[in-house]
Amino acid sequence: MDHLHRKLRDHEAAMFQQGYLDDQFSQLQKLQDDTSPDFVIEVMTMFFDDSEKLLNNMSRALEQVPVNFKQIDAHAHQQKGSSASVGAARVKNVCGTFRNFCEAQNLEGCVRCLQQLQQEYSLLKNNLKYLFKLQQEIKTAGRSIHTRG
Amino acid sequence: MDTMEQNPVHEDDYVPDELEPSPIHEEYAPVIFAQDTISHVISIDVLSGKEDRENVLRARESGKGVLTAPFRLLKTNRLGVILTFAVYKRDLPSNATPNERIQATDGYLGGVFEIESLVEKLLQQLASKQTVLVNVYDTTNQTHSIPMYGSDVSGDEFYHVSFLNFGDPFRKHEMHCRFKQKPPFPRLATGTSIGILVIALLVGHIFHATVSRIAKVEDDYQEMMVLKKRAEAADVAKSQFLATVSHEIRTPMNGVLGMMNMLMDTDLDVTQQEYVRTAQGSGKALVSIINEVLDQAKIESGKIELEAVLFDIRSIMDDVLSLFSEKSQGKGVELAVYVSDQVPQQLIGDPGRFRQIITNLMGNSIKFTDKGHIFVTIHLVEEVFHSIEVERESTSKDAEHTLSGFPVADGRRSWEGFRAFSHEGPLGSFSSTSSNDLISLIVSVEDTGDGIPLESQPMIFTPFMQVGPSISRKHGGTGIGLSISKCLVGLMNGEIGFVSEPKIGSTFTFTAVFTNACPNSNELKTQQINNQPHPATSEFNGMAALVIDPRPVRAEVSRYHIQRLGVRVEIVSDLKQGLSTVTDGDASVNMILIEQEVWDRDSSISSHFVNNIRKVVEIDKGKGIPPKLFILVNSSSSFRAGSTASCLHNPTVVTKPLRASMLAASLQRAMGVGNKGNPRNGEHQGLSLKHLLSGRKILIVDDNSVNRTVAAGALKKYGAGVVCVSSGIEAITMLRPPHQFDACFMDIQMPEMDGFEATRRIREIENSVKDRELFVHLPILAMTADVMQATHQECSKCGMDGYVSKPFEAEQLYREVSKFFQSS
Repeated sequence: MDHLHRKLRDHEAAMFQQGYLDDQFSQLQKLQDDTSPDFVIEVMTMFFDDSEKLLNNMSRALEQVPVNFKQIDAHAHQQKGSSASVGAARVKNVCGTFRNFCEAQNLEGCVRCLQQLQQEYSLLKNNLKYLFKLQQEIKTAGRSIHTRG
Repeated sequence: MDTMEQNPVHEDDYVPDELEPSPIHEEYAPVIFAQDTISHVISIDVLSGKEDRENVLRARESGKGVLTAPFRLLKTNRLGVILTFAVYKRDLPSNATPNERIQATDGYLGGVFEIESLVEKLLQQLASKQTVLVNVYDTTNQTHSIPMYGSDVSGDEFYHVSFLNFGDPFRKHEMHCRFKQKPPFPRLATGTSIGILVIALLVGHIFHATVSRIAKVEDDYQEMMVLKKRAEAADVAKSQFLATVSHEIRTPMNGVLGMMNMLMDTDLDVTQQEYVRTAQGSGKALVSIINEVLDQAKIESGKIELEAVLFDIRSIMDDVLSLFSEKSQGKGVELAVYVSDQVPQQLIGDPGRFRQIITNLMGNSIKFTDKGHIFVTIHLVEEVFHSIEVERESTSKDAEHTLSGFPVADGRRSWEGFRAFSHEGPLGSFSSTSSNDLISLIVSVEDTGDGIPLESQPMIFTPFMQVGPSISRKHGGTGIGLSISKCLVGLMNGEIGFVSEPKIGSTFTFTAVFTNACPNSNELKTQQINNQPHPATSEFNGMAALVIDPRPVRAEVSRYHIQRLGVRVEIVSDLKQGLSTVTDGDASVNMILIEQEVWDRDSSISSHFVNNIRKVVEIDKGKGIPPKLFILVNSSSSFRAGSTASCLHNPTVVTKPLRASMLAASLQRAMGVGNKGNPRNGEHQGLSLKHLLSGRKILIVDDNSVNRTVAAGALKKYGAGVVCVSSGIEAITMLRPPHQFDACFMDIQMPEMDGFEATRRIREIENSVKDRELFVHLPILAMTADVMQATHQECSKCGMDGYVSKPFEAEQLYREVSKFFQSS
């Protein structure tokens, strides 16, 4: 079962190294204990639902004529806030750029940013899903999860 | 025929002496009457001359006046003409034949005209300014014109021709007039024309030159604009390039450092740990160099902006101290920090940049100091200003009165030249700043190191200048630090200066302006008393300590740090005095802190002291708790505990530099109060947060479910009971008094009603409670993603008690929450 641990550690390390996750995610992991054993998964699932809703809203809002930049900015602000809370660093950064474009009312920039956002989000989601899968495997294999200290 | 006739003698014919009686002819025409002036022609036969004869005959045939050709007259010999008329016997019709006319001729009438005198008389009447030469010609014969009047003419000159008509159709006469003198060379006209021409040429030339110069200058200007744009673009590109490259380098570097952190957490043997630590050190140095270069680029493009956040200057100094404590201990250099009591607890400014400046100055000092001390002091500018006169009298800056006893460069010289201190400066006519919200701090970093050579001193703030090539090899660094510090000081509206004496030491001083975060009228006043104790260690409040240290400066530093814990401090300079203070004083002393050099001076006195202390307490106070003894040492390795091996109660060793948290930990450990152990700073915070929050009921207000869950999770970890709502309206409902909540964390940006509005309403409801007994002020903290000064003002305006960033950061959370929660 050591190779599972190693795989998990490597994957987690890679996600941190490549900037998908930052220190806030480790803080989340620290909050997980025996009283709330699935805290991270719960929070991340909420984050996924929330993000997908926001991304859909933003995409629809960009197709409207005329484009309501204020509303899109509000959505981007929400997305930025939730990404910051869960430590989704790359998503958060793209949101920052997105907000700048909204402020400048640059439609082309917004469209590009939304694409980038969707891309980053799906990358993050896939990586995290894989992470959770590994954790589940280790759990079912009877060991406790080795989290970053 | 007895007709009166004149006899015009042809000039060729006439010779007065040869006049003879006329030969026999058929016809004669003698002159019978003549004027007196020409009386000499009387009885001359007019028909005798050839031409005259023709003239006469023509006259009688035509019945008109007939002119002769010009000839020389008799006697006067001047040119003249004769006009002859025929006189008829009877009136002849105009169509009469010549024969009839000849038959009817009775006589002849002639007039002599002297051309010369005639013309001259005429000309006299027409006299003009210029002398005019007139020639009159008989041009009946066109090829051969007979001159009648005038001198000979050179034919090529310009002359005017006029035709004369004396009434004889047969003859033609012309008058030629010309100027006698050639027209003088028109000097004036020519000169003027030439002059005008020259002037015109010159003016034209000037025009041309001007126009071409303007065109050239305009072209140059266009070229310059293009070049300037290119240069600016190049400059911008350079800064962008620098920033981008540095940024790109920084990201993988952070990755490397992060990996090394994680590596440290795994199982490593000692050698591997050593390797990792070295690698970490190099990595951190590289990151700091990159940051410096980035800063330099930012400064050059003017993009540095200072933050405005709340910060505690004393805790920043603690952090900086911990950065350098290991190094200073290793070198045997005493490191001390002193912040004046008059500096407020909280300030608004950019703590990161402030820390950067201090770290840079202290880093330089550490690099170049191998003995003695590094002493950092922070005062209000007003304190120093007013104490200038006082200082001159009291402390003479000779060797004994410095921190470590080593001589120092006179720190006053490093700031005497500051504008702030001149009489024209803002303090020159300083009345009172208590009404002013601005705080001017003056910070000094004094060291007893090698000093800066005099020739390098002028260039010390220039970027990339090192004091000598050997320095960069010996100590590393890029030489940008001081120039960045100077820029940052300037941004903080301050000045930086230094004084340095080679072989003695250097003192760097700078001023900076911050905003006072707790002026007297603030509602946060309830927490602001002078010497507010460090929140984590209020358990020491009310205790008394004795510091035994012969050096007044060092003793003051120790007093400052201990006072931060809420402990009263008294200072004596040797063991004997200390003993008498403990025995004779009224209040009981809980702890005695002895400077190492006092302790080491004489081991017998030291052990005597220890024994007496225990005895005294037992006898007099009856408390049974002797004061704890602490030895203040610079580096733990240099302390020899062996000297007091005989003593049962070994004193606790406290390593300097003194820091509030570390001091508190040592005291706690020794005195058995509070937490055991000496945890790392972060864990310390966590445990303290647990103390503050466990058992409290907290309301979280945020419209974003993810944020709510994360915030709730974090607070639950510290033992708080958490309730979440998702809008301001719900929050108002939940917080209608009476309620059981101890605190509220409120998100600011929410739809429908934002955090400010909700807080305002909540405060309204709170204030409307009639019964003052039931009045409750719920601590409300704002949760915000963007921390800006505006947020701070807005927060206090609507009644909030502070703000924390989203997501939570342990230290900041602790700081804010500890403002209104005491440790349980």
